Formats: sequence, structure tokens, C-alpha cells
Amino acid sequence: MDTATMAHTNVAEHASDASPLLLHQFDDVHQQSESSILGMWLFLATEVMFFGGLLTAFAVYRLLNPREIALASQNLNVPLGCVNTMVLLVSSLTMALAVRASQLGRRKDVVRMLLLTMIFGTMFLVVKGFEWRADYHENLIPWINFEVPHHQAEEVHELGLVPAKMELFFIMYFFMTGLHALHLIIGIVMLAIMAHLVHRNWFSGSGAVQIEVAGLYWHFIDIVWVFLYPLLYLISAH
Amino acid sequence: MHEPESHEGAPGVTAPGPESDPGHDHIHPAPGWFLTRYIFASDHKVIGIQFLFSGLIFFLVGGMLAMALRWQLAWPWKPMPILSRLLWAEPSLGYQMPPEFYNKLFTMHATIMIFFVIIPLLTGGFGNFLIPLMIGARDMAFPKLNMLSYWFMPPAMVLITYSFFVEGGSAEAGWTSYPPLAFARWATPGSLNGQTLWLLSLLFAGISSILGSINYITTIVMLRAPGMKLFRMPMTVWAMFITAILQAFALPVLTSALIMQTLDRVAGTNFFSPVGLTVANAPPVVGGGGPILYQHLFWFYSHPAVYVMILPAMGMVSDIIATFSRKPLFGYKPMVCAIAGIAGLGFIVWGHHMFQSGMNPALGATFMMSTMLIALPSAIKVFNWLGTMWGGRIQFTAAMLNAVGFVSMFIIGGLSGIFMAASPVDIHIHDTYFIVGHIHYVLFGGSTFAIFAAIHYWFPKIFGRMMNERLGMIHFFLTFIFFNGTFYLMHIVGMHGHPRRIADPTVYSYLQGAGVIGMNQFMTVNAFLLGFTQLIFVFNFLYSLAAGPKASENPWHANTLEWTTSSPPAHYNFERIPVVLHAPYEYSVPGVDEDFLPQTKPFPGGQRLEPAHS
Repeated sequence: MDTATMAHTNVAEHASDASPLLLHQFDDVHQQSESSILGMWLFLATEVMFFGGLLTAFAVYRLLNPREIALASQNLNVPLGCVNTMVLLVSSLTMALAVRASQLGRRKDVVRMLLLTMIFGTMFLVVKGFEWRADYHENLIPWINFEVPHHQAEEVHELGLVPAKMELFFIMYFFMTGLHALHLIIGIVMLAIMAHLVHRNWFSGSGAVQIEVAGLYWHFIDIVWVFLYPLLYLISAH
Repeated sequence: MHEPESHEGAPGVTAPGPESDPGHDHIHPAPGWFLTRYIFASDHKVIGIQFLFSGLIFFLVGGMLAMALRWQLAWPWKPMPILSRLLWAEPSLGYQMPPEFYNKLFTMHATIMIFFVIIPLLTGGFGNFLIPLMIGARDMAFPKLNMLSYWFMPPAMVLITYSFFVEGGSAEAGWTSYPPLAFARWATPGSLNGQTLWLLSLLFAGISSILGSINYITTIVMLRAPGMKLFRMPMTVWAMFITAILQAFALPVLTSALIMQTLDRVAGTNFFSPVGLTVANAPPVVGGGGPILYQHLFWFYSHPAVYVMILPAMGMVSDIIATFSRKPLFGYKPMVCAIAGIAGLGFIVWGHHMFQSGMNPALGATFMMSTMLIALPSAIKVFNWLGTMWGGRIQFTAAMLNAVGFVSMFIIGGLSGIFMAASPVDIHIHDTYFIVGHIHYVLFGGSTFAIFAAIHYWFPKIFGRMMNERLGMIHFFLTFIFFNGTFYLMHIVGMHGHPRRIADPTVYSYLQGAGVIGMNQFMTVNAFLLGFTQLIFVFNFLYSLAAGPKASENPWHANTLEWTTSSPPAHYNFERIPVVLHAPYEYSVPGVDEDFLPQTKPFPGGQRLEPAHS
């Protein structure tokens, strides 16, 4: 047996005495936290493939029906989408600051930054909600009240476009932004629990690993939006 | 460097060295409460056994569906004994099976066998039980997640079973569930409600597998015992590792496709419906989507799923063959690379299911090439299994017989696969019984024989009792004969143009000859005998569970870590975490008294096979 392995064993046995929070399948706290982070990365990989399936579908529809999709996309509110992108990017900043604060052991800062992140996340949802409400009033909801907007009706008629394919764009739009919002809601709830636990001093230390894992998830939601925004809002911008 | 570890303990026991102190390794007691110990358990061994039992129960269900199928094919429209009077109490129709029920049979047979038997048994059952034991860990990295991954299965099982009893009955669009048949509600009775339940059920089963695969990868990367380098892992663990990667990266795509199809059915979206499609005089749908897109998304997962169903089997068979040949596994690293190669290629071959879907022929040629490449790693594996057995002192236990059965049947299934990879040939045999024969040679002749081998091999470790060898051998030989009797002729009727998924082949005049009808009847008789043979296995399994002789720690004299702990292992698996000293296949090492050398025992005289720095 080589020395590296011996050293590993010694460290393991030494550390296992140290922490009461260590689960019995782990050698030491370091291994436990590394596992948590790897697990989250793997989960995010499955999420990437999940959204990958949807984005592939969208890309196929876009290639098959370029004009309808571009025309339908013009009905989205680009400035609001832009504001929302900013909001979400800033929330990623505050999330990163929360992770840093937890690594430095500043519990108050952790709670503060988590609350800020949650506020930005909620702001995003509120803006999104207003966008969806406007879509409803403009009769853009597939299956419920979809009809081709009046100002585009002439163009659709002239070019011989298929309204069903414009509706398909909105199906993809609501499905993907809806899934994204669902992920965001789960993220906000998760951060609320984290903030509460850090505030109550439930973690030994200030929950650096847990906050980091939550942060990975949050950044992932952010990145999904970074893909969705140009794909849905900007495809027909000139 | 070996001196501190050279203890003279009994074979297979991690004898505590002089420096050891039992207090150091913290061991949690098993939960005392019945519910947390056996039902909502987070112990990987209990979860593995849960998957094993639910998989075996569904195996019986799926098998009976298959026998009903075969009845109709051999004697079209003849009332089935017993069942006909129970299910189709319509004397005016002569108690005959309704054609849509035949559709339900093949749809549900495939769905159950793939998603509720083979995948849960291999990855859920054996993966869960074996991974931590074989890498020397106390449990999975995330035991709670593991429990969750099992408890996503019962809703799936309930939904798929319940779907038989809703209006219109269970799904009948085939296990591939292609639109538009699958979403047009009035296309067929099964598309009414059963299809929705089918989709939800598969979503649950898929999430179960995704969560499991995250756990397996993390566990194998993080929790290996000291000295368990990647290239000291048993083939079973390697196969489970690569399988988990396949599942983690391919299954989410199926999940997205299933959600989209569910929404098409319940929320009126049009992801997969063409413009203005109308079925069975229903009002035309708005449409706008692409039915072929579903096929791409579906096969992007479901082709890797084929390897999910065979790679763990290959890993387990490699271990079993090495053990019972009393020889090191021939070409360990090539075996690992071959599995990785199959998995990697598995991601870029899905289009070979769609040669007939109107795909661009240039694309078809690409998929044809990548598919044929898979023959290379597969051949490496087969030759290495043969090389392992060559010149070994083979012990023909029931487990070994089933493993050898796996290898020989996999060769036939693999070769017929190359037929279909060639798109010109595939155009002739597409959607015929040839492909049904192929899939059964791979999934029954391959995966299922491997499952039988694994059950015989690890039964002593899982339940602490030995299975009856004589019954095991009788079961193997009868299964082997009747299996070939059932499925071999499918290739011949398939080449003759016998389509699959058709309730009555005799509607075609070219299938009315005595030869085809005779072969169909021969296959059906064999299928029933094959089914009844499984009763021997059921008896052997249950009897051994209750009254088999107690198993020792290492009844097969194998090298891997699970045999160094008690049978069945305690809740914490190992009293002390073992220290791994070499690769798992050191059988018949010169200079060792016994013909095996557990991974925890050093080589005699301080010799080493690996360079010191590795």
C-alpha cells in the first residue's frame, strides 16, 4: 500500500471523530461537502439535458417555420425582457456575495444577501406576471384565446403564413418561460429556507457548503434565462 | 510497503490490524422502527431489494401479457382458455380477443418489461445493492435521495396498472408512443385515457432513474474505499458508472418529450401535431408541430436506454465469468474502454430507428456507419469473455451457466443487430418479426439471462442463503431451450415479411402457408413452456429465501469487496472500511495457497503488479 493511501486513511479516521454532523457513509467533512457539490452539478447536468430537449424542439420549429416564428416573436415586450435579464443577473451577483459571506463566516451578511437575491427573484416573477397578463389581454394565449394580432393580420395574409405556427411559438414561449418560472419559485423557496436556517444558526459554521450548492442552482436558473431571452425575444430584432 | 497490512486473517475477512481501534470508524445502528427499516428505508441494500422484488413481480405480469400475445398469433381469434370468458363476455363474438386488446398487450408487455423490469432490476436492484459494497462504502452518497428514487416507482406502477381499468383501457400506441396515434384521443380506445396515464407513469419512472443515476455517479466518484483506484473497480461497478452517466444525460430528454406529449393531450398544445390533422372524424387540430421531432427526442433517450439495459448485464457477467473460470478477466482495461465506447457511440446512433421515417438518406448513412461501429467494442467484449474462459478451470454453477448463456445469446442478438444497422437491409426487415427476434435475443437472451446469473450469484450475499444449484441448472437448461424455441423462428418469419404489431397475420395471403402458421404455433407452445419454466425459478427463489442453507461470507471464493463482509451484510456494510490492495481479478495467483486473492489481501512476498506511483 502506498503512502498516499495511508495518509488518506489516517486523515479519514482522524476527521471522523471530529464532526457530529458527518453521515456514516463519508470519511470526513471535506468528502461530504465535495459529494454534495458534485451531486448538484450532476443534477444540473440532467437539467441542461432537459432544457436541451426543449431548446432542440424550439430550434427545429424555428428552422421549419422561420417567418411565422419571427413574426410571432415581435409581439413580446423586449424592454421588459431586458429589464428582467438585468434583474436576474444582479440576483446572481448577490447570490455569489452570499456564498462568499458564508465562506467568510459572516452570518448576518449571508442572510442579507440571500434576502436580496430572493427579492430580485421575486421582482423577476412580478415583471414576468405583468408580461403574461398583457399577453392575455392581447389574445396571445394558445388554446385559450389565441388569435393573430390585428396589426399582423395583413402581413400573415399577404405572405400566406399559417397562424397555427405562430401559435406554436407562443406554446413554446409559455412552456419554457413557465418552466423557468417554476424553477425560480423552487429556488426562492430554497433560499428562504437557507436564510431561515442561517439566521437560526442551525448550521455548524454558516452553512458554506449548503449555500454554495443552493448558489449553483440559482446561477443555473439565471443561465437558462440568458438562453431563453435571446432565443424568444430577440430572434427577429434588427 | 506491504508490511503494515500483511495480516494473516481468514480469507475474505478484513482482519483488524494492530493499529486498528474499532471506535474510530463511526458506525450507525440500523433504524429500529419497522417503517424506516424496511419500507421508507434509506439503506441502499434494502432499497436494492425493494427494486428487486417489484421488478420480479412486474416480470411475471409482463410475461403473462406476452403469453396472451402469443396465443392470438398462433390461433387468431380462438377464445383463450379461462381469460376469454372473464374479459370478453361476448358470446356472439365467440369470446374472441378484441383487436385493440392485442394492441394493448404488445404495448404494455414492452413498456412493463423495459421500464418496470429490466431497467429497475439492473440499475435499481443490483446497482443499488452492489455499488457501495463493491467499492467499500457504507452507503450511497445521498441515502435520502436514494429512498426518493425508489419511491418515485410505486406511483408509476400504480398508474400503469390502473390504466388497464380506465375507460378505453390501457395505452396501445406501442411502447414508443409515436404521435399522432398517441395524442389523437379518438384514434383508438387506448388513446382515450390510458395513454395519459402511460405518459405520467413513465415520467415517474424516468425521474426515479435520473435521481438514482445522480446518486450512483457521485457515490462511485467520491466514496471509494482507500486504495480502490478507478482501475481497481470491478467491471460491475464500471458498467453501473457508465450506465448512470448514460441515464443522467439521456433520460432528461425523454422527460421533456413526455411532458410535451402530455401537454399535447391534456392542455391542447400542438408540439407534435401537424397542421389540420384530423383523426376518426374528430374536428381538425390546429397543429403546427412536428411528429418526427418526437421520434428524434424519444430515440435520443431510448437508444441509450438499450445500452442501459445491456451494459450493467455485461459488467455483472464479466465478474461472474472471471470468478467461475478461476482466471483473471481477460483484458480488463479494454473491457472498460469497450463499455465506454459502446456508451459513447450509443449517443449518436438513435437515427437507425428512423430509417423508414422519411429521414434524409445522407443522414441515414451516417447513422448506419456509427451503428456498425458499435460492433467493434461489442466484439472486444465477447472475445474477452471467451478469452477469460479459455483454459480456465470452469465451474458450471447455475450462475456461470446463465452467464455463458448470456454471452452466446448476445452474439446472436448482436449479429442480427448489424443486419438492421444496414439501412438497405433494414428497409426489408423494418417492422417485421425479425426485429422482434433481435430485441428478444438482446433483452431476454442478453439482459434476462444476466439477471438470472446475477440473482444466482449474489443471492447468498443479498439474503444470506444459498439457492438450490440443481433447480438452478434445470431452470437454466429449460429456459435456454424454450427461449430459442420461442424467438429463433421469429427471424425466419420476419424475413418472410411477417409484420409485427398485427393481431392476425393470416389476413395476408403470403402468411397463410402451413409453414408460417406452423412456426407461429411452435413459437407459442415454446413461449408457454418458457413461461411455466419460470415457476421453477420462482419456487427456487422463494424456497431458498425461506429455507435455503445458510451462506458463508464468500461461498464462490470471489475477490471483490462484497464477499469480505458478512452475508447478508450488516446495516453499515463493513465493520472497518476495507483497504484495497490490487485489482479484483487475481485468481489462481502463483504462490498463493488458494486460487483466489481478495482485494484486501496482499500479494505473497511483497510482489506487486502495478507500478508504485500509480
